[in-house]
Amino acid sequence: MSEGSSSPDFPQHDEIVNERLVRWYFYMALTFMLISMLGGLLMAAQLIHWNPLNGIEYLSAGRWRMVHTNAIAYGFLANSFLGVLHWVVPRLTLRPVLSNRLSYFIFFAWQFVVLSTAAGIIIGPSFQDQAWVAELSKSLNIAFSLGAQGLEWGETPFWIDPVAQLGLLLLAINFGSPIFQQKGPMYVTLWYFLAAFVWTFLTYGMGNFLPEYAVPGTSAGAIGGLFIHDLVGLFVTPLGWGMMYYFVPIILKRPIWSHGLSLVGFWGLAFFYPLQGIHHFLYTPIPMFLQYGAVISTIAVELVVMTVIINFIGTVWGATDIFKKNIPIRWFYAGMILYFVTCAQCALQVTMTFQKLIHFTDWVVGHAHLVMFGVFSMWIFGVMTYLFPRLLKREWYSNTLCEIHFWASFVGVIIMFLDLMFAGLFQGFYWASLQPWDVSVEVSQPFWVVRIFAGLTMFGGFLCFLYNLFMTMQSAESTETAPDLENKTAINYQVMDH
Amino acid sequence: MFESKAGIFGIAGLGFFAFAFISNALVPIWMYKELPEQTVEEVVNARVLSSFGDLKQRYPEQFDKYFDAVDVDNCAEALRLGRQVYIGEGCWHCHSQFVRPVSNESRRFGPVSETWEYQNALQRPVMFGTRRVGPDLSREGGRRGSDWHAVHFFEPKIVSTDSPMPSYPWFFEGSPDKPNKRGLAMIIYIQWLGSWLDEYPYYEQLEADQEEL
Repeated sequence: MSEGSSSPDFPQHDEIVNERLVRWYFYMALTFMLISMLGGLLMAAQLIHWNPLNGIEYLSAGRWRMVHTNAIAYGFLANSFLGVLHWVVPRLTLRPVLSNRLSYFIFFAWQFVVLSTAAGIIIGPSFQDQAWVAELSKSLNIAFSLGAQGLEWGETPFWIDPVAQLGLLLLAINFGSPIFQQKGPMYVTLWYFLAAFVWTFLTYGMGNFLPEYAVPGTSAGAIGGLFIHDLVGLFVTPLGWGMMYYFVPIILKRPIWSHGLSLVGFWGLAFFYPLQGIHHFLYTPIPMFLQYGAVISTIAVELVVMTVIINFIGTVWGATDIFKKNIPIRWFYAGMILYFVTCAQCALQVTMTFQKLIHFTDWVVGHAHLVMFGVFSMWIFGVMTYLFPRLLKREWYSNTLCEIHFWASFVGVIIMFLDLMFAGLFQGFYWASLQPWDVSVEVSQPFWVVRIFAGLTMFGGFLCFLYNLFMTMQSAESTETAPDLENKTAINYQVMDH
Repeated sequence: MFESKAGIFGIAGLGFFAFAFISNALVPIWMYKELPEQTVEEVVNARVLSSFGDLKQRYPEQFDKYFDAVDVDNCAEALRLGRQVYIGEGCWHCHSQFVRPVSNESRRFGPVSETWEYQNALQRPVMFGTRRVGPDLSREGGRRGSDWHAVHFFEPKIVSTDSPMPSYPWFFEGSPDKPNKRGLAMIIYIQWLGSWLDEYPYYEQLEADQEEL
């Protein structure tokens, strides 16, 4: 790849990257993050009896809890990743995506999917008692939910599933085209992206059709476990790590430390991650040998992902001063530290011994926030902090607000995670000791109060980011582009050529 | 192979996914092929029918407005709707439906869950659940009267002082003695849970256990 940097027919950034779509995806992602956080706050307020909106049908905490998780997965993470893909894939392959028109179609189709999911979850259940729904359900022997469907992260109402599935196919084709046209070896980022396109398509189809239409009971539980796990492991994780393999060397201006470790990390994830879904349903009637298999492969993958973290630590080794002034890099490495914590925690909590105590408790909720917010959302905020000045051709309005956003998010999510972890231990012990149920709810109250303040801290940081972005957009475009804001495609090859 | 497009697309993307799907999803499906899926009509039993009849006695006007008679077809329709409301309102994010063989759960809730209990159309997808803010519900049927459930859905704090559960006034036409179709369906769905077991309900047994401790 080294001959590329001085080649005269090297495509210019503006010819291959559609910056408008990157911006649009980021704006939509931030909108859904706002909606999701409001949903989370509503549920948190409900638990501590502070919900002033209790009893209003369309603002029901139960429905908004599902909006909370779906808006993060499909609204925030998916939209952010799509924006990042529009930036990274053309720059790495030096080719535009298959079709610009298709890109716009996918953008609107995906917003339709996310908005309809939210609308379906909020409004659908109110119309579930229509006579024609009952008729259809009876004659076809299918549960027709106008609202959410009964699988975590598969709540997407049934009539949206085919649209989402089609959207995933089209985006795989749109981004797969430049990857397959590229000659020569692929950079690590593209391994992860290419595999993620296949996995996301297959995972979505598996979870949104089989347990609803084809398979009941315990087997549906096994498939449901695979789905909720693969959505994290085979959609969010590979896109997230692919993103890190691209942005970290670019900003550090250093190549990745070890190519061998990159290989171990990717192939270890690819083999072990899909095998673990059943660990979400330990001690259910799912056959025990499958449960043990899921536990063992989970512990195996935790060891494998450590190699990825070691690789990134090796990359930054000797240049750690950059954490002080470069906020994007700080977001990335803070996220990686929390990734390490998540994985260490997971290798313990997945064992049958821990599961006895902490399954069904807030421990799991803390773990979910740590991985979804503490790792992947933090990485995305880092990428946005890095890219918005380049997309808008101007510096951030306030560096202090960027700092506040980082520290509020980082400290907030750590407090939330520790708080819910301890809450989970208390709940588990109270249940096992056969105290009346209410005692476990009562003892959770102080933890839940701390949790809402941790959430408000994260929310406050996010509002600072939104305000900062708004003010940046209001400010005048720089007449002279600062040298480090120039979007040169050649920079890829200075750092990734090893 | 390890860095080629074919290797990553074919082996990592398709191959490893297929291997996991076969070993983790097709194996249990194959193991339970002897336990065919029951329809909703088939899981309507004498106990849930009697609860259904009880609803007609307690709320005659409301019942007659939404259901024709106390029979298997009407009860099945109520169960289908009740389960959809249970899902749509997000009940399953705070209540589980399986009793584990650990943590004294069989003493608190009742017998440990078994596969055959879930092989029916009302468990597609299965309602195992992953979080308990409130208790497990898979042995809830028959523990409490339907009027208790009506008041509890209307405003949980009336019967359970410190409950953080949201209230569901939209299951009613103004007051807890006037459940609408969704309200009636929810109550019968809850009364169905666990009604298929031989020993039922477990409430008295649990109290005896606690006195023993």
